[in-house]
Amino acid sequence: MSDEHPILEMRDIEKSFGAISVLKKVDFTLQRGEVHALMGGNGAGKSTLMKILTGVYSMDAGTIAVEGQPIRLHDANDAKRAGIAMIYQEFSLIPTLTVGQNILLNHEPRAGSLFLNDRAANRLARSILEDLGEDLNPNTLVSDLSAGMMQMVEIAKALSQKAKILVMDEPTASLSEHETETLFKIIRKLKAAGISIVYISHRMAEIFELCDRVTVMRDGQIRMTEPCANLTIPQLVETMLGASSASEFTWHDRHKEFHGEPLVKVRGLAMPPRVVDVSFDIHPGEIVGLAGLMGSGRTEIAEAIFGRRTPAAGEILIDGKPVSDQKHAIDSGIAMVPEDRRRMGLVLDHSVQSNMMAPNLDRFSNGIFVSDTNASGVIERLIGRFGIKTSSPAKAARLLSGGNQQKIVISKWLIRNPRLLILDEPTIGVDIGAKGEITAQIRELADAGTAILLISSELEELLAVSDRMLILHEGRIVQNIQRRDITSEEELHHAVQGHLIAQADPVHAA
Amino acid sequence: MQSKAISSPKPIPSMRPSMGSSLGFIQDYSVYFFFAAVLIFFAVTIGDQGFLTVNNFFNIARTTAMISIVSFAMTFVIASGELDLSVGSVCALSALTCGLAIQGGYDWYVAASFGLLSGLAIGLANGLLVTKIGIPSFLVTLGMMQLIRGVDMRVTYTNPVAIPDPTFNSLFGAGKLFGIPSLIIWSVLLAVVGHVVLRYTTFGRRVLATGGNRLSADYSGINTSRIKLYTFMLSGLAAALAGLLYSGMMQTARYNFGEGMELAAIAAVILGGTSLFGGKASIIGTFAGALMIGTINNGLIIMGLDVSEQMMVAGGIIILAVAFARKPSH
Repeated sequence: MSDEHPILEMRDIEKSFGAISVLKKVDFTLQRGEVHALMGGNGAGKSTLMKILTGVYSMDAGTIAVEGQPIRLHDANDAKRAGIAMIYQEFSLIPTLTVGQNILLNHEPRAGSLFLNDRAANRLARSILEDLGEDLNPNTLVSDLSAGMMQMVEIAKALSQKAKILVMDEPTASLSEHETETLFKIIRKLKAAGISIVYISHRMAEIFELCDRVTVMRDGQIRMTEPCANLTIPQLVETMLGASSASEFTWHDRHKEFHGEPLVKVRGLAMPPRVVDVSFDIHPGEIVGLAGLMGSGRTEIAEAIFGRRTPAAGEILIDGKPVSDQKHAIDSGIAMVPEDRRRMGLVLDHSVQSNMMAPNLDRFSNGIFVSDTNASGVIERLIGRFGIKTSSPAKAARLLSGGNQQKIVISKWLIRNPRLLILDEPTIGVDIGAKGEITAQIRELADAGTAILLISSELEELLAVSDRMLILHEGRIVQNIQRRDITSEEELHHAVQGHLIAQADPVHAA
Repeated sequence: MQSKAISSPKPIPSMRPSMGSSLGFIQDYSVYFFFAAVLIFFAVTIGDQGFLTVNNFFNIARTTAMISIVSFAMTFVIASGELDLSVGSVCALSALTCGLAIQGGYDWYVAASFGLLSGLAIGLANGLLVTKIGIPSFLVTLGMMQLIRGVDMRVTYTNPVAIPDPTFNSLFGAGKLFGIPSLIIWSVLLAVVGHVVLRYTTFGRRVLATGGNRLSADYSGINTSRIKLYTFMLSGLAAALAGLLYSGMMQTARYNFGEGMELAAIAAVILGGTSLFGGKASIIGTFAGALMIGTINNGLIIMGLDVSEQMMVAGGIIILAVAFARKPSH
């Protein structure tokens, strides 16, 4: 092992899929013990580059060297042997096996060549977990773990295979704040132990907190590699987008007052254990941001308004009438974009068009037969209006990027001209370009008179578009505040943890 | 652009405090509760009509042996995320192959090897079609079930084949050792072997990993296609052995051996707590599931139900038990 060589050097990497060149002479260098952020919009080429590094794709041209030694990667096992491991965004553990069994899968301690030595395996797994500072019983079933713990187990699994380079793809996407802190602690520990990390994330704050250097990719090329210390967030955003268009993320007071009869009235809503007592109104054309910690009951409230949950107490009135079920909610003009679009929002194997038609079959049929020709005009207009990047409406939704998938989920409801659109975490896993487009779309809808209920863990997103914010804490709305009365993100951040914002003129809604 | 994720400041406990833990326990072991309930029911209703005798229990275990053995291998197939519907036809194929070989003058052990090889070959074919060509196992083995049953009927024009070999018949079905019927010895022995292989060997672990999350198992360096191929071969072999046991017990081989066996075996596996989606399995549970099905059939016969009534009641009970064993969908 020679220290003068970087741990990883990728030189002149090229890759095309058919006629489309996705990587053009890419150079990427990783130093020993470095946490190196890899950023870029969807389609920038970062995941292709990492798939080449982990042996999933083969490159068309270029060289890869680990510690100065050129290596050839034919499959995932080659990468593993070279000490490269990927911590997947979508968890790659086996849910039906235990923690210990997962960590040592396929390189278990044996008793003879045929039999397993589970006791030795558990001892080994426990010592790896302890090194990571985790006190986790190796006999726990993986399906019983939280997302954060699963990630810990994945890291432990990589370490048990003597990985020197870890690639983490959006590791915090499904973690709580506490879990994120724990993860950062572990990453720093790994760094101190000389392990190098490629960190893929859309979250700026994390990158500045954690990473030594940033590489930004766009259109298959490296646009910048810089130490974090030399950079500011606007510079980074600009490099990623290619032009300065950060205005989508700046709040503008729409100078609207919402009085008169509300569209939705929520009164004394309770759904134990998470929702205790929640009351609020939403007016037509108003953008209401719902802020709260993960697990504070945000999604439950949204689902109750959409008629998918029956409250234990309290009522939800639309036009003064109680919501009876989901059909009633949809018929009353309520639409919901769920949190997990891949699981609840889309039929991934179906085409863009058929996904967009799904909730609107009544509009495109004569009662018995569905007419695709009637629909295709409407669908194509929406694809254009929303800028959904797809080669054809017949393309399977699976093949689109996260941002474009989300645009399908949102636009399929717009066909119905909803009066209230509920958006639950609409920009999770969506790159910054698509994020801006979705934000702009939300404003446009509200201007046209649609009421919006926006749920998001990204405070900056809530602050960018909301007219009014509801702050949810331990199952209650602790504050109902006009956006213009919030002066900083810091303030809001404290508020969702239960420290109220000083308010000149409290809103009297409920 | 400042981005900060907000989320719970409280530590997330490593174990989800799910009500699933207690419910899950009951579900994992539901076969034993159901089995106990079935035993108590029959003990109360027909206990004095010969149900509660050692002989009857031997009888149940003996007649269930073939299904038990096929279900042990089926447990591996299902645990790896696949299904094998061809076991019933393979069972008859092996019986006929062996019977014809004995009639053709081969020694019983050579004839038995032929029978076992016929099952292994069909398992190999099933496995290759599933893993190399990528046809879903449900369809491959459904076709194979029909195809092989046709072969079974054709080779002897549906005539039975007598097996006039006392050693074979004694070893494979009719005989006893220390007063215990050989069929019971076979099934208990194979239950132990199956349990050890599933729980304590690298092969068993790889089967569970393959069925639990195939992609992840692949990334961990497990050749999941190979593992699936092996489970199909195992299933073919077990079905063939069951065929030998049938023919030994009946001292005859028939084309219709094992009809409906695939469904009984799958029911036994699922009743025993193995997930139909793979990744989670128990041989002991399967054994209990098979014995429970055998007990239900036995009890219904003693109660005097005719075949049509037995089928209706047994089918209903299986649906009920499986419905209970399944995780409730939200």
